[in-house]
Amino acid sequence: MENKDFDFQDNISKALANAQLRRNLKFAMGSMIQKRKALFSDPEELEKLRNMGSAIRRRALSRLPELLEQLEKKCTENGIQVHWAETAEEANAIVLSVMQKHNAKRMIKGKSMVSEEMHLNRFLLDRGFHVMETDLGEYIIQLAGEKPSHIIAPAIHKNRDEVGRLFHEKIPDTPYTEVVEELNAIARKTLREEFYKGEVGLSGVNMAVAETGTLCLVENEGNGRMCTTVPPVHIAVMGLEKVVEKLADVPPLLRLLTGSATGQLISTYFNMITSPRKKEEKDGPKEVHLLLLDNGRSAILADPQLRQTLQCIRCGACLNHCPVYTRIGGHAYGFVYTGPIGAVLTPQMEGLKKAGDLVTASSLCNACEEVCPVKIPLPEIIRRLRNENYDEKGLASGHGCGKTLAETLVWKGWELVNRHPGLNALGTKMAGIFGPLLPETGPLKAWTSVRSKPQFARKSLHERVKEEGVDHE
Amino acid sequence: MKKNYPEKPDAVYFFGTCLMDMICPEAGIAAIRLIQREGVRVIFPSEQSCCGQPAYNSGFPEEAKAVARKQIEIFSKDLPIVVPSGSCAGMMKHHYPKLFAHDPDAARVQQFSDKIYELTEFLVHVLHIQLEDKGKPLTVTWHSSCHAAREMRVIADSKSLIRQLKNVRLKELENEHECCGFGGTFSVKQPEISAAMVRDKIADIQQTGAARVLGGDCGCLMNITGAMEHQQIRIQGQHIAEFIWERINGE
Repeated sequence: MENKDFDFQDNISKALANAQLRRNLKFAMGSMIQKRKALFSDPEELEKLRNMGSAIRRRALSRLPELLEQLEKKCTENGIQVHWAETAEEANAIVLSVMQKHNAKRMIKGKSMVSEEMHLNRFLLDRGFHVMETDLGEYIIQLAGEKPSHIIAPAIHKNRDEVGRLFHEKIPDTPYTEVVEELNAIARKTLREEFYKGEVGLSGVNMAVAETGTLCLVENEGNGRMCTTVPPVHIAVMGLEKVVEKLADVPPLLRLLTGSATGQLISTYFNMITSPRKKEEKDGPKEVHLLLLDNGRSAILADPQLRQTLQCIRCGACLNHCPVYTRIGGHAYGFVYTGPIGAVLTPQMEGLKKAGDLVTASSLCNACEEVCPVKIPLPEIIRRLRNENYDEKGLASGHGCGKTLAETLVWKGWELVNRHPGLNALGTKMAGIFGPLLPETGPLKAWTSVRSKPQFARKSLHERVKEEGVDHE
Repeated sequence: MKKNYPEKPDAVYFFGTCLMDMICPEAGIAAIRLIQREGVRVIFPSEQSCCGQPAYNSGFPEEAKAVARKQIEIFSKDLPIVVPSGSCAGMMKHHYPKLFAHDPDAARVQQFSDKIYELTEFLVHVLHIQLEDKGKPLTVTWHSSCHAAREMRVIADSKSLIRQLKNVRLKELENEHECCGFGGTFSVKQPEISAAMVRDKIADIQQTGAARVLGGDCGCLMNITGAMEHQQIRIQGQHIAEFIWERINGE
């Protein structure tokens, strides 16, 4: 990926210093939280649904290789051309070959995080193609030259004034407005032209049904339907974990996805694509391609604990509820996937050496785990990856890269003190006596930048219980 | 989730937690007195130290396990173990079984974990404590620790104790569900994010107009009161056990 200069701490400092960003995020996340809460008003029913969703995803992952084969077979029978890509480079090359085969110069895109993983826009633009994002949020950030800051709401970090200024600057003959309806109308008018001219339409896939070879696409703007029906060629790109066994798995997952993401009972559009245009049909693409991307997923699948990361249905609820994401926003995470799911997925895809710092961005408050519709134990995976950062015998790519003598000694020392009562008593006593004299460096400096120094009690609880005559066997 | 509570026992163990040991021992004494007041003998094994959570959350599970094993050895009798912290209780109740999942001692560890109770749930559901408020009228607010809320699920119990105190008005926070930014080593590994979180928490506390913020975890309280002191805000932070003991004794 492009992130050779990823400096998480620098990103965090800049994000925290941006007061406008903080206000935008606080408002947007607060409203997403409220909407979800209003829809899932019955905790017992929600729990049942989450158990069902989790079971569907676990079952699918446990049979992933055979389900993918079944999906390929069914899709092929239905006339969908299936391609496999191990890496983003291979995936880009496949998209390029389809474009070239049709002599196509113009691509219109529905929202797809996998295409972000591929850095497809950059790849095609560099080769002289015209690529247009048609999801409103994606369109906004494409104009701004930015990356998505949120899985489902890519421009959530911007408010309407900022969007108004952007449209005014980037779209010819557009006066400034901050009226939402007017902004929508400007985008609609500009994008309508693009839909007419698009030669290839690209979309993501929210889930693919192995039993029937059906590609499901969730969206709210109708742009997804335009991209998958108007141009003569449709390319669907999908991470290979997104397959489910059967059609009956779709309704509970859809309910969980839209409810967790936007608090909607169902999205405005739900597309189920099973074949290209048939002979007697009047519309739809003449060719449909399904591109299945691995990009590190099969390595994640191999570990039973880490595998749970792949249960994700990309609803973004963990981002919305994360106190860290709400304060630093998506761009600080430096890679495609942000928030708690990004903090666990990115280090596994990119390696700990490059992205291992991301797992420090959690107070382990468990808010993400509490709302995850498919019950991914995010805090548990964060702990695991923190361990992998130090563990030279670990399994994740780049394991052991964070190991330092100082930190290892600190925790070895901590263990020793807490296993030996004499040492522990001595340490506690010393803290009480010498605590006020501690120099403000290292961790203590970090602590005291916004807090007064911890006041150690002169007498520990151990000493006090003896004084009070509590049984202290 | 329905929880099962035992009958009132003759004796309990008290696990004081490492932070309470060093930072707020008087809250520990108050908690012990509250249990003793109900006619239950309290045993404080003097070899106890820490639940192991700091290492566990920082990515050092083996070190955490060694310390956890020591606690399990020390608290060997079949007695309830009362813990004045939702976070440490959550570690011992919910994370020890995971930490020892593939260990020969797994069954013994599960027995230990089954005996863990957070202080306020124990006062409410096992001791059925009745409180008579002898203090002056006071407005307080309440900070929920994340693990008391999401792992031990005892916030309703903690608040029910405060509501028994007739001269105390509980004004709740707007964003009670949100973490205060402590997170153990998170506060020193990501000090800027942690600082932003605790600042917002303090602003929320201030808007309640309460004179005091109560909590059930010394870690959160150390973070919040430390930051309030730094900002020279005169709101007192206090552990719920110490607060209750003061109120029922008119101190």
